[in-house]
Amino acid sequence: MPDFPRFVPVSDCGLLVEFGEEIGGQAHAAVLALDRALAAAPVAGQCEIIPAYVNLMVVFDPLRTDHETVARALRGRLDHPPQDRAPGRLHEVPICYEGEDLARDLAELAAATGLAAEDVIARHLSGDYEVHLYGFAPGYAYMAGVPEPIRLPRKPAPVRGVPAGSVIVAGPQCIVTTLTMPTGWWVLGRSPALILTGDAARPFLFDVGDRVRFVRIGRAEYDRLTRQGT
Amino acid sequence: MTRAVLHVAQAGPLVSIQDAGRPGWQRFGVPESGPMDRKAFARANAAAGNPPGAAGIEVSLGGLTLDCIEGTVSLAIAGGGFVVEGPQGKGGSWGIVTLRAGQRLSIRRGPWGAWCYVQPAGRLVTGAWLGSAATHAPSGLGGGLLASGQDIVIDAPRTLPDRALTCPVTARPRFRVGIVLGPQDRFFAPSAIETLLAVPYRLTDAYDRMGVRLHGPGIAPEEALAIPSEPILRGSIQVAGDGMPTVLLADHQTTGGYPKIATIVSAHLDGFAQLRPHDPVRFHAVSPERAIELIRLRSIAAHPHPE
Repeated sequence: MPDFPRFVPVSDCGLLVEFGEEIGGQAHAAVLALDRALAAAPVAGQCEIIPAYVNLMVVFDPLRTDHETVARALRGRLDHPPQDRAPGRLHEVPICYEGEDLARDLAELAAATGLAAEDVIARHLSGDYEVHLYGFAPGYAYMAGVPEPIRLPRKPAPVRGVPAGSVIVAGPQCIVTTLTMPTGWWVLGRSPALILTGDAARPFLFDVGDRVRFVRIGRAEYDRLTRQGT
Repeated sequence: MTRAVLHVAQAGPLVSIQDAGRPGWQRFGVPESGPMDRKAFARANAAAGNPPGAAGIEVSLGGLTLDCIEGTVSLAIAGGGFVVEGPQGKGGSWGIVTLRAGQRLSIRRGPWGAWCYVQPAGRLVTGAWLGSAATHAPSGLGGGLLASGQDIVIDAPRTLPDRALTCPVTARPRFRVGIVLGPQDRFFAPSAIETLLAVPYRLTDAYDRMGVRLHGPGIAPEEALAIPSEPILRGSIQVAGDGMPTVLLADHQTTGGYPKIATIVSAHLDGFAQLRPHDPVRFHAVSPERAIELIRLRSIAAHPHPE
């Protein structure tokens, strides 16, 4: 462990704390632990924390502190990790796999993996997903946990106009989209769940570290839920 | 309550409502947004007599034409070297202009600069998201992009004497920009870093509120890298596999997997944003400590201690 954690200054207002260079292993757990510690007890001048796979950015106010001071305070936090190892909150997220309009790539992904469409659905539902980070656009939560047999690389070119609420997969990752955007990922279904909740007290459904299980709903249920605007 | 109404006769692409920005949500994929040139925005707001950070209009090179259809309101205009035509005739983009019902204001691209701010003296009535009216242009969340035909309501409008505002020399476009190397400079050959620091790059037309792609000698990372997505800050210079750098700006994505060779220092971001497509820019390396000194000096200059 001589190399990590590593503190890398970023411009005049960021300190990147690196716990590794490759996804997997203990790096992400270390990110989550430091994220929790800094939420509970922020360092002086801390503006916000951006957790990612193997590292975490501390954004600070350069008028109040500097990289070295922040690094020193972080070393103190890392020397005394918080004892609680509380797992993230578990969410059940409904998904509908029915209809060309909602599940436009289900048949193609089934063909590419050599599975029946129902098997693809069963595998997708069997996954234990964990929110690793947000990125790309507001509310795009990158969840790891897509089971091996239905992992495919992204498509060679993005498809435009993929609707908000689409459940998309690429490799081990899954996202419930929040905006109508282009994507090269595979659209397996659609969820009526709102990741941008509209609730001022908790505007995003997931926090980094939360866990997700998908729950299958039929088309009638999907249509009913989306009519209600839930 | 008195009000004034401004009808948008024409709005170019990327003309939007902006306030000081939406910090604190990057962990959820939400960048700060807010003005591309924060200093010019603050200058316009102060001249309008508004609270710091009050919502106003960011004008792109696409220009803006407003017709006052009700009431009277003064508008403080700052940022760039745009051409402003109002009831008193044609002038530059630094000044206070009062519009009465039936009068028109147009703002067009001028000799220099890329972004101009129009801050009404009064409260611009606008939507908000996560407590901020700043528009995230790719999604339209926040106060929103302006579209021809819409009306903008100003509550409790005030009238100020028309006058010119001084354009500080630091509001000019900055052709020499300081960068702090990293955080992923280790993935680049020393010759790539030398090139970035020695050769002028040009901004391209691939320029919006998310960022601007540059053109110049390729500085591809040493190997085709699939690094895990990492947090990104405004000003990050990321390099795609083709070796061309992109500078990420107000609406940047909050994480990404391209290696970031360097980051533009905060004190030079406003000046960089006033460059236009095809303008040349030269980068020079500064230490993180020096970058902090620069932003502290800039802050003292902007907020001198009261006598």
